[in-house]
Amino acid sequence: MDLQYKMELNDGIARITLAGSLDATNAAAFQEELKKLIGEKITKIVFMASELKYIASAGLRVMIFAKQRIGAEVQVYLIGAQEAVLDVVKMSGLDTFMTIQNEFAG
Amino acid sequence: MTNRIDLHPTHSHGEFKLRAGKPLPFGTTLVPGGVNFSVFSRFATSCDLVLFKKHAAQPFAEIPFPREFRTGNVFSMIVFDVDYENIEYGYRMDGPYDPENGHRFDKDKILLDPYAKLVSGRDVWGKEPDWNNIFPHRGQILADDFDWEDDCQLEIPFEDLIVYEMHVRGFTAHASSKVKHPGTYAAIRDKIPYLKDLGVNCLELMPIHTFDEFENSKMSPVTGERLLNYWGYSNVGFFAPKAGFAATGKFGMQADELKNTIKTLHKNGIEVILDVVFNHTAEGNERGHYISYRGIDNKTYYMLTPEGYYYNFSGCGNTLNCNNPIVRNMILDCLRYWVTDYHVDGFRFDLAAILGRDQNGAPMSSPPLLETLAFDPILGKCKLIAEAWDAGGLYQVGSFPSWGRWAEWNGKYRDDLRKFLKGEPGMTGVVSQRIQGSPDLYQWEARENCASVNFITCHDGFTLMDMVSYNGKHNEANGENNSDGGNDNHSWNCGWEGQCDDDAVNRLRVKQIKNAAAMLLVSHGTPMILAGDEIGNTQYGNNNAYCQDNELSWLNWDQLSENAEIHNFFRCMVALRKTHPMLRYSSYAQNAASDVEVSWHGTSAWGADWSGEARTVAFMCRRWQSDERRAFEPDLYVAMNMHWDAHGFELPGLENGRRWHVFANTDMPHPQDITTPGNEILLDNQHDFMVGPRSVVVLIGK
Repeated sequence: MDLQYKMELNDGIARITLAGSLDATNAAAFQEELKKLIGEKITKIVFMASELKYIASAGLRVMIFAKQRIGAEVQVYLIGAQEAVLDVVKMSGLDTFMTIQNEFAG
Repeated sequence: MTNRIDLHPTHSHGEFKLRAGKPLPFGTTLVPGGVNFSVFSRFATSCDLVLFKKHAAQPFAEIPFPREFRTGNVFSMIVFDVDYENIEYGYRMDGPYDPENGHRFDKDKILLDPYAKLVSGRDVWGKEPDWNNIFPHRGQILADDFDWEDDCQLEIPFEDLIVYEMHVRGFTAHASSKVKHPGTYAAIRDKIPYLKDLGVNCLELMPIHTFDEFENSKMSPVTGERLLNYWGYSNVGFFAPKAGFAATGKFGMQADELKNTIKTLHKNGIEVILDVVFNHTAEGNERGHYISYRGIDNKTYYMLTPEGYYYNFSGCGNTLNCNNPIVRNMILDCLRYWVTDYHVDGFRFDLAAILGRDQNGAPMSSPPLLETLAFDPILGKCKLIAEAWDAGGLYQVGSFPSWGRWAEWNGKYRDDLRKFLKGEPGMTGVVSQRIQGSPDLYQWEARENCASVNFITCHDGFTLMDMVSYNGKHNEANGENNSDGGNDNHSWNCGWEGQCDDDAVNRLRVKQIKNAAAMLLVSHGTPMILAGDEIGNTQYGNNNAYCQDNELSWLNWDQLSENAEIHNFFRCMVALRKTHPMLRYSSYAQNAASDVEVSWHGTSAWGADWSGEARTVAFMCRRWQSDERRAFEPDLYVAMNMHWDAHGFELPGLENGRRWHVFANTDMPHPQDITTPGNEILLDNQHDFMVGPRSVVVLIGK
C-alpha cells in the first residue's frame, strides 16, 4: 500500500497526516518533503497517524530525521497511532523522544 | 553544509557511480552520498559486490571491484546513490580451490560479509526457509542513529554482580509468560519488574548473534516435532543481532529493539553480558556449506591440519583461527562494536580455552588474543568471563591466562558444591575453598575472588530442579540415543527418578534447592543463577536442551505460583547478599590487608571437621578490626549439614553484646524457612543450634 501524506504549517505547528504504509519504498520521498521544513520556525511536529497501517524501519528513520534535522528543541507528537505502529515505535525505543497521544492536545 | 559534496564518483559500472573506497573500517559504512564497502581476503584473486533488492531471489547487480580499488588484501569501494535501506548485499570471491593447501574459493557462491551488522534470512524465528535460496544469509546496511540519551555501561563492580543466565527466547516463549511478544528482546523489558523484584542486576544472554536455527535440524524421535538449533552456539554473523529474537525482526529493526532493551535494562540498574562464541562457525567441516568465511579466506579464518582438514577443538566441525592476526582483529572489532554501539557491559566466552591455542592448536602461555582483550582500552571496563575449557581437552579453570582482567566460569565450584549437596563425604575442605572464592585456584596469581563466577547450574546441564530429581540424564528427545550431554552431573534424585507424588521426596527436593541457593548466595565471588531455577523450572531430566525449542526448555511461569516457596527463598537470599557487604568482599579473607575474617567451624565451634567422612561444616564472617564499619555490620554464621541426620552445632561466641538471630533455616517449612534482612528472629539458645538433616542455617549476629 502506498503512503498518502498531507502537510500543513500553522503557527509553528507542522501537522502531517499520514495514511497507508510508511516503508522503504516511500520513506525517501517523504523525507524530502520534510526537508522543506528546515529553516521554518517550528515548535511542534505532529504526525497524525490514525490512518497509518504500517511503519518499517525506514519510516521510523524519517521520524528520527525530523527530530534531528529540523531542530532538537522541536517537540514531536505521534497522534492516534494504531496498535501495530505504536508497538514498533515502543519496541524500537522511539517513544522516548515522541509524545504519544490519542488526540492532539496542542 | 547539508548539500555539500564531499566525495564524487570517479568510476562507473553500468548505472552505478563508484569511487575507490576506504579500506577501514571493514564492513559497510554510510558516507555522504553512498555506502563504503570493504572486505578482506588475502588469497582471493578477484571480488564482486553482489546486490539484491530486499528478499529478491536473484541479484539486481554485480559490481566487480576494479584492481585499483584493492589496497593490499582489502577490496573497498564506495557505491553512490544506493538505496541502502532496501538492499541486501554479499560478495563473490574468486581464487584457488585447493583444499590441501587450505583454499576453498568458489565463485558460484555468494558470501556473507563477516562484518555485516544486520543479517536477513531468518527474520522470524522458526519460519521454514526457502531451501532453494541462492543466498540465504544476507548482509544489510544499518544506519547508526539510535538515540541512547545519557545511557552508558553501568560498571557495577564484579563483586556486587548477581548474574542471571537466560535464553532470550526461552525466557518468555511459554504462553504463561503473559507478554505481548513472547520470546523476544522486547519481552525482556516486560519482565524487568520481575527481575528487579528478584534482585538480580546482570543478565547473561545466551547467544544473540546471528545463527541459523535450522542448522542440522531434524525430527525428534520422541515427539515427531522438528528439532531446531535453539541455543545458537553456532555463529553465522558475529556483528549482527539475531533477527528472529526481535518482535520487529520482520521489519529489519532487531538492532533498535535490542538497543532499546539494553537501554531500558540499564535504566533499571541491570547490566547485560553477551555469551559470545568465537571458537567455531556454522560452516562445519569439509562437508559443510559456504556461508562466509570459508569462501572469503578459508586459510585465514580456520585452523587447518597440514593436509587442509579442519581441526575440531570445538566439537562442532571446525575451529576459528583465533590467534591469526586477522581473526584476532575481527574478534576485537566485534567486541568493540558491541560495546560502543550496543552498550554491552561484558562478555562470556564460550569454550574460551580455544582462544588460547596457537594456529596449530597448541595451548600458548601468553595468548595474544586474550592479552589484547585484557588490555584493550575500549573494553577497559567490560567484564570478561571465560568458559575456561574446550572440547579438545584443555581445562584451564584456575589457570586461564588473566592479566588480572579475566574472570572464569568456575566449573570446580559447580562440581564440588554438587558433590557436597548430595552428601558425598570428605568434601568440607574443598567446599570451604569454593565458598571463599576459591583461593586455591586464584589466589596464587594475586587475583581477587571475583575472578570466580560461582554457579551450581547453567544452561549446559541439569536445571536445579532436575539436579535434585534425576540421577541420570534423559535426553532421548534430542534424537541421539541419549548419548549427548554430560554424564558427570553429580546429581541425586532424592529417592525417585523424575517427577513423583511422594511428599517426602518432593519436600526433600525443595529443601535441597534451598540449600543450593543458600550456599551459592553466601559464597565469595560472583554468583550466577540459571533463569528459572528460582521457580523450580524442570527440563524433565534433559541435561542438554540445545535443540528443544518447546515447553521442555521454555520457562513455565505458572511455576512462579506453584513454587512460590522456592522463589521467595531465592529472593530473600539475594536480598541478604545485597545487605551484607562482607558477602561481596572482593579480596581474599586470607590476604594480609583484609579486614574480613572468615573462620571455619563444625559441630564444635572453632573446630571444623576436615576428615574424609565429614559432611558438616560452618563458617563465620566478621570484620577483623574494630573499625567504624564493623559497628554497623553484623556478624554472619552459616551452618551446612549435608548429612542425613540432624547435628547440633556449637555456636561461636559473639562480642559486644551481640546475639545470634535466625535468618534462614532450610529445615523449617515455609514461611519459617527464611525471612527478610532486618527481620531475623532472636535465638533462645545462643550456644547451640540443632541443624536438621540436609539443611543450611544462616544466622546473623547483631
